Amino acid sequence: MAMASLSSPLRVCRGILKELRTIQGPSYKQSLAYNYVIDQFRKNKVTGERYCRAQQEAHHASLTYLCLLTSTRNHLALHNLYHGKGERSPEEVAGLVGLRLPTQPGGKGWEK
Amino acid sequence: MFKSVIRLQSRLGGVITFCKVFPRHELFRNAMKYSTASAERKRFYQDVSISQGEGGLYEVNLDRRKLKTPSGKLFTVPNEALAIAVATEWDAQKDSIRFYTMHLTTLCNTALDNPTQRSKEQMISAALKFLETDTICYRVDEPPGLVELQRNEWDPVLHWIESRYNVTIGSSSSILGPEIPEGTKETFRQHLGSFSLWSLTGLEFVITQLKSLILSLGMLDRHLSVERAVLLSRLEEEYQIRRWGNVEWAHDYDMYELRARTAAGALFVHLSSESSTIKHKLMQD
Repeated sequence: MAMASLSSPLRVCRGILKELRTIQGPSYKQSLAYNYVIDQFRKNKVTGERYCRAQQEAHHASLTYLCLLTSTRNHLALHNLYHGKGERSPEEVAGLVGLRLPTQPGGKGWEK
Repeated sequence: MFKSVIRLQSRLGGVITFCKVFPRHELFRNAMKYSTASAERKRFYQDVSISQGEGGLYEVNLDRRKLKTPSGKLFTVPNEALAIAVATEWDAQKDSIRFYTMHLTTLCNTALDNPTQRSKEQMISAALKFLETDTICYRVDEPPGLVELQRNEWDPVLHWIESRYNVTIGSSSSILGPEIPEGTKETFRQHLGSFSLWSLTGLEFVITQLKSLILSLGMLDRHLSVERAVLLSRLEEEYQIRRWGNVEWAHDYDMYELRARTAAGALFVHLSSESSTIKHKLMQD
């Protein structure tokens, strides 16, 4: 393969495998996706045509899948970073203004 | 949905005792697959695998259990690639299952369950109706920077689709939008008629995300990449970002979410309509 440009099949393949490794950890080489991806890239590598439609389609599909994996990971990362904390409990909210919730020994009437 | 809410409240020890009305096992079965944003399910399986069932359809297995759709049907997909992608989504979940990151699974569930009972004709009509308010066709009058940006970026896509499908669409900056001739709609109606129900589900999803039928077709015809289609869809936002700056927790967050969903939709459509064969030529030395 010639010099790897930004969207060359080699780069895309490496990108997908890197994403899989991030998702699945060190055992990613045994995963279904890993073997399928490697298989597909091998199958589509060689073609006698100069413009092979199936190869173009496979290339677009691989780019799409790489985009899916990267964007999902980034979206989740941003979600955890900015939106993941959830609500504060009533105790924490009271603590923000320096108050404490009253306690009732024996529990409140409706608590089991 | 109602049943899962009841289940949730009974789990939290709430006062409502409706749960006594429904038999417990039925509640549990429906709540198993449904999730609201507040009810995060823990990952309850170790291994994810796929298997081929009857009729050549592929199934996904979580440990020993077969994956089911929210309405209880067996989860089946027509080809191996889609099954593997869905299995990877389930495998990617760490401690808790985040359904909002599992776009392919959601799409398959929608296609299998068809909860709103949409027919092909309804979906095609809805898609064509969207053409009247297509993002690409709606132009602004000012500011001049944005006008030019829209012209430079959107016009080529318009020309591409007009020549590819031999139709007239045009753009407009009036509040009513462009007048779409009947012939154009008929051409697209015929083209979309060749899509399967699954592909149409995916297409509808993509159109809703990109807010444009033209961009969706451009991407599905492989004329645009996902990133490019998302960029064109968010052109005005990108213009504002370049002018006023980027806000990571809003702009990037939205962009990645849009990319993820659009990519999932595109992949879903491609995989729903693919059939691949490999011709092995003899190597000639």
